[in-house]
Amino acid sequence: MSLEQSYINLYQAHRESLIATSPEVMNTMRDEAIGVFAQKGFPTRKVEDYRYVDVPQAFDGKDTYMMPLPTLPLNSNKQSVISLNDESLLRRYYAKTADSEDAITALNTAFSHECICIHVCKNQTLDRPIELTDTFTSDEDQMEHKRVLIVLEEGASASIMLRYAANNKMHILTTQVVEVFVGDNAHLEMYELEETHTSCTRFNQVYIQVGRYATVKHNNITLFNGLTRNTIKACLKGEYSEVTLNGCVMADKSQVVDNNTLIRHEVPNCTSHELYKYVVDEQAVGAFAGKVYVAEGAQKTVSEEVNQNICASNDARMYTQPMLEIYADDVKCSHGSTVGKLDEMALFYMRQRGIPLAEARMLLMQAFVGQVIDEIPIAPLRDRLHIMIEQRLKGELDKCVGCARCK
Amino acid sequence: MSENRNEYVKQVANEQYKYGFTTDIHTEIIEKGLNEDVVRLISQKKGEPDWLLDFRLNAFRHWTSMVQPKWGHLILPEIDYQAISYYADPTSKSKSDDGKPKEIDPELIKTFDKLGIPLEERMALSGTAVDAVMDSVSVKTTHTKALEEKGIIFCSISEAVKKYPELVRQYLGSVVPYRDNYFAALNSAVFSDGSFVYIPKNTRCPMELSTYFRINARNIGQFERTLIVCDDNSYVSYLEGCTAPMRDENQLHAAIVEIVVMENAEVKYSTVQNWYPGDAEGKGGVLNLVTKRGHLRGNNSKLSWTQVETGSAITWKYPSCVLSGDNSQAEFYSVAVTNNYQQADTGTKMIHIGKNTKSTIISKGISAGRSQNSYRGLVKIGAKAEGARNYSSCDSLLLGSHCGAHTFPYIDCHNNSAIVEHEATTSKISEDQLFYCNQRGIPTEEAVGLIVNGYAKDVINKLPMEFAVEAQKLLSVSLEGTVG
Repeated sequence: MSLEQSYINLYQAHRESLIATSPEVMNTMRDEAIGVFAQKGFPTRKVEDYRYVDVPQAFDGKDTYMMPLPTLPLNSNKQSVISLNDESLLRRYYAKTADSEDAITALNTAFSHECICIHVCKNQTLDRPIELTDTFTSDEDQMEHKRVLIVLEEGASASIMLRYAANNKMHILTTQVVEVFVGDNAHLEMYELEETHTSCTRFNQVYIQVGRYATVKHNNITLFNGLTRNTIKACLKGEYSEVTLNGCVMADKSQVVDNNTLIRHEVPNCTSHELYKYVVDEQAVGAFAGKVYVAEGAQKTVSEEVNQNICASNDARMYTQPMLEIYADDVKCSHGSTVGKLDEMALFYMRQRGIPLAEARMLLMQAFVGQVIDEIPIAPLRDRLHIMIEQRLKGELDKCVGCARCK
Repeated sequence: MSENRNEYVKQVANEQYKYGFTTDIHTEIIEKGLNEDVVRLISQKKGEPDWLLDFRLNAFRHWTSMVQPKWGHLILPEIDYQAISYYADPTSKSKSDDGKPKEIDPELIKTFDKLGIPLEERMALSGTAVDAVMDSVSVKTTHTKALEEKGIIFCSISEAVKKYPELVRQYLGSVVPYRDNYFAALNSAVFSDGSFVYIPKNTRCPMELSTYFRINARNIGQFERTLIVCDDNSYVSYLEGCTAPMRDENQLHAAIVEIVVMENAEVKYSTVQNWYPGDAEGKGGVLNLVTKRGHLRGNNSKLSWTQVETGSAITWKYPSCVLSGDNSQAEFYSVAVTNNYQQADTGTKMIHIGKNTKSTIISKGISAGRSQNSYRGLVKIGAKAEGARNYSSCDSLLLGSHCGAHTFPYIDCHNNSAIVEHEATTSKISEDQLFYCNQRGIPTEEAVGLIVNGYAKDVINKLPMEFAVEAQKLLSVSLEGTVG
């Protein structure tokens, strides 16, 4: 039996229970989605977008994932900005911007049974950031398919953080689809912070749609993980809007982090920035593919993309692929990409002054990824991340008491 | 200014392709179609030994198991490989029994004269030896005597197979094996003429070597094969030029160039590619599907690719370097100009294997009209390539709002001591620069020419003198008036 077929069978086996516990909107798309998945199959390395991760292997061999899906009570009472399965919101926005042709997104659409909805009303400004923490606590190996919908109506403004953590060492396989709609004049700051463990496999697909005069800042920070694939696709649909995609990755052991981003400029006069920094150590593999697409007629586009990476050990591997696809002439687009090592002169300078090599290296790495953190406007979060990165580099994230990574 | 711009665009659209004439000459063309018998026939016509026929047949069998690649950022028309003739010999009439032309048909001499390639040695540009290839056959190679005195071999590959079979056998397919890709397999099965260059040890080639490729006959494909071997402590500079007549249907050109560079040797390979690009509506033109690769085998070896790509309806070409020798250096300089409906997907691969290897990539794309121009490149640093260094810079210039400029660089780094840098920019000509020139009395068109030439200068400067002049002219013909 092919791998795809085992997932299709799993779907058939749980279809009834999924439908019974999920909102109607989500149910209407399931069969179609599994059809797309059956037709496409898991993307292999020959598929350009997935050349750096072995998707079939990530989904394979772990029969324990095939456990019955949990059933949660259906909750459609909307009490606050955050709710579960807000039916009216789902009707308007669910699966409207996600790429229905992507096999992993289709798999998620078929299997997900609840959707976390964040809805910021017209002209509403959230005075405090929202943090959603997703902690894997299962004491059995588990597969999960998560769905998040974020809608900022016209003129709204919010800061939202999605944090992924793990409490124990079970194998976890998750797919997540996040759909983000940013209305005209709306402003969104979004953070994704991953500090899971080495037996976590995550496929995270983020689709962002941006209206006129809107700004979106997406920060994607991977501090500790197993295998992570982030797909971030931002589409500029209204003029004079601005998108920033920033990210930093610290990977060692045999961790794999693949960030695949796309910024689509469909209308004129928009700006985009992108800054991704990686430190890959030990046997880790880092991959970055960032494409900026400027459609015909999207004049006056300004786009700037920077990807800088450090290979800290000889077994670490880094793949980078910054791409420009441009069909309009009055544009200013650039990208820069480097892979290098720590500055020997700077290391020498510090050692000369009595700083041990390990610490000097750490300071340099901290400063290197610090550039991404420094761009974060929320001061407490910035400070917290700086501390976390320091701990990460010192190996202290590994040494805390009680968490799975240290056991 | 916008009115002017339209006028210029019209002018350029009407610009005639200078080399679009055809030569009326008796040409022996074999039956259209491709099968094992055709491969055998080509081999037989060339009087090849068995090992080469086997090489061709293996390649052909492998080719039949492959499908045409689709990964390029190109709209490649369906090629009917059975509708093409794979061998055309314009020298057949004047051949004597041993297969060598007795004397060259005056029509051929006239053709090459018209193209600016005199076949008479006394008239030839001093310091350049030429191998002139029309369709599937080498017409003449000049200055071979003078070169032989130094032990340098410069002749057509068919001649080399006869005279120096051991050398050819040793190196043919060693850099680009027939399994490499679809078009390489096709070429390996049916390749006709091309040049063979061997520079012995401790020799500096006293003149530029050059091959000029011309497609003349209708409905044929040209499958040239060039093999350059530069032995220890030697140097050679090799130039390649090409043109084709104007035809409504696409002409297929699938070549392989293999270069082997030994210890302390240096090879400079320059191309000015000016195949017929098709008309203003995108009809016709040459499909230029080429595999070029150099293997830097020896320590301290050096290879430099310089290309000016102005022609071809479709260009699919990635001159690459495999840097095996320690301290070896590779360079790639490219200017690719596309206009009307031309499509180019070109770039390079730098594969670092040896220690302290260095590579530089400078690519300048200029797209106008409704053309699509892509840079695609790979820089790969192997796990053992300690201290490898790469610098890449690819800039694109867009002239007109309907064209596209794309950059697809890949960097694979498996070593922590490597330093790899890549940067790319895409923009149009700055209004400020134009204004500055206008203000000083330079008309817009001239100003654009000035700016574009300055933009491409980094690459043009790397070409040998005669080629640089030609390239500059080509650039201005391709661009004059495209922009305002």
